[in-house]
Amino acid sequence: MTAEIIHITLLSIFVSISATLLASAMAVPLGTIMGLHKFRGKEIIRTITYTLYGFPPVVAGLIIYLMLSREGPLGSLNLLFTPTAMILAQMVLVFPIVTGLTMSSVSDVAKDVKETAMTLGADRWQTAKTVLNEARVGVISAVMVGFGRAIAEVGAVIMVGGNIRWHTRVLTTAIVLETRRGNFQYALILGGILLSVALIVFFVLKRYQDKGVRT
Amino acid sequence: MSHEIAMRCEDVCKSFQGNTILDELSISVEKGELLAIIGPSGVGKTTLLKIMNGLICPDKGEVRLMDDRLRFDDEADLGARRKMALLSQEPYPLSKTVWENVAYPLHLRDEDDIEERVEDALEHVSLMDMAERNAGTLSSGELQRMAFARATVFEPEVLLLDEFTAHLDPYNISVLEDAVEWYVDEKDTAVVFVTHNLFQAERIAHTTAFLFDGQIIEKGTTEEVFEEAEDERTDAFVNGEMVF
Repeated sequence: MTAEIIHITLLSIFVSISATLLASAMAVPLGTIMGLHKFRGKEIIRTITYTLYGFPPVVAGLIIYLMLSREGPLGSLNLLFTPTAMILAQMVLVFPIVTGLTMSSVSDVAKDVKETAMTLGADRWQTAKTVLNEARVGVISAVMVGFGRAIAEVGAVIMVGGNIRWHTRVLTTAIVLETRRGNFQYALILGGILLSVALIVFFVLKRYQDKGVRT
Repeated sequence: MSHEIAMRCEDVCKSFQGNTILDELSISVEKGELLAIIGPSGVGKTTLLKIMNGLICPDKGEVRLMDDRLRFDDEADLGARRKMALLSQEPYPLSKTVWENVAYPLHLRDEDDIEERVEDALEHVSLMDMAERNAGTLSSGELQRMAFARATVFEPEVLLLDEFTAHLDPYNISVLEDAVEWYVDEKDTAVVFVTHNLFQAERIAHTTAFLFDGQIIEKGTTEEVFEEAEDERTDAFVNGEMVF
């Protein structure tokens, strides 16, 4: 049982951190650009992004399921019921959160920092890096919230992962299963591990939040 | 003063939402000149500084830094912008130490001798003992002094100051005014500052220009403008009267 718990825990960490990092790698630059610049249609994109904060996980799971199923556009990749499918489902949920919160954080400091950087001779890229550094507390908070959404996710990962023992079973899906079986003590242990994992990841991100990035 | 023009604005016009702020305004400043721009509130002094710095694009007219005409495009003007600095009334402290804030413009330019130059800049505003402090913890006077060091550490050819001592106590005003005067004399830089404080203009400016009704009404040596103004509106303003 110990070996299985370790496997479930490591898979949970791998899937959620991968989903958060991959989604953030796209969401942070996008949120920064949207926070820095004014353009036609920005308000519509902002509204859609905020609406997607509440994207129902089962809908995200259904969309990924349909795309990865044998008849779907990505069916030939044989990804359904694999950890990759679970990462994709979590990315769909994390992406709008990190994008929207990054955009808000960048917008808050953009005017003052942009003007300061430009008057001191920064080019466009240096200005963006400086703004991002000044907004880092908010941006890393955005990544934390995104990770929180990913690690706590159950509906979408059950649909596209299938909760297969030793293959796609993660902490949340295992808790659901053990609760249904009436193994409440085991479910509670898994819940404690889930909270501990979240705590450790948030602690690491908080340290990074305090340090900032080089400009 | 070398009488070489450092910056020139020609026939600059700027309107905001139908209100004309600057109307075919022309002005120039020479290397080594310390020019004060005075005028009533809301007359467009800050707008003029931001146009000179390339931050605001004029509706008409042109701005030249030495021989370069500003194109008011961030990247196209990068070379020109790197020869200028604008110090605002409320500078923004980057969330770094005082030392790192002052080193920031040098890092942007990949310059050498950073340590020596930052130390030099901090000494001129009496901030060496605060070098390792977080800039966010400085008082407004200390912050303005740090911002001055940050704006001058890369030795810009034109330094633009927007109400740089507003709301500061006499000690900080004195340190900053001394630093500005030293900087102009030492580096032969053109300095343009806008101020509401006529005493300050009279105290440190070599030349003074009166901005009113969208134009430079009068520009001359500070003594001429304050003692023998040719225009009656200038004369009224420097004597503390309402100008129409």
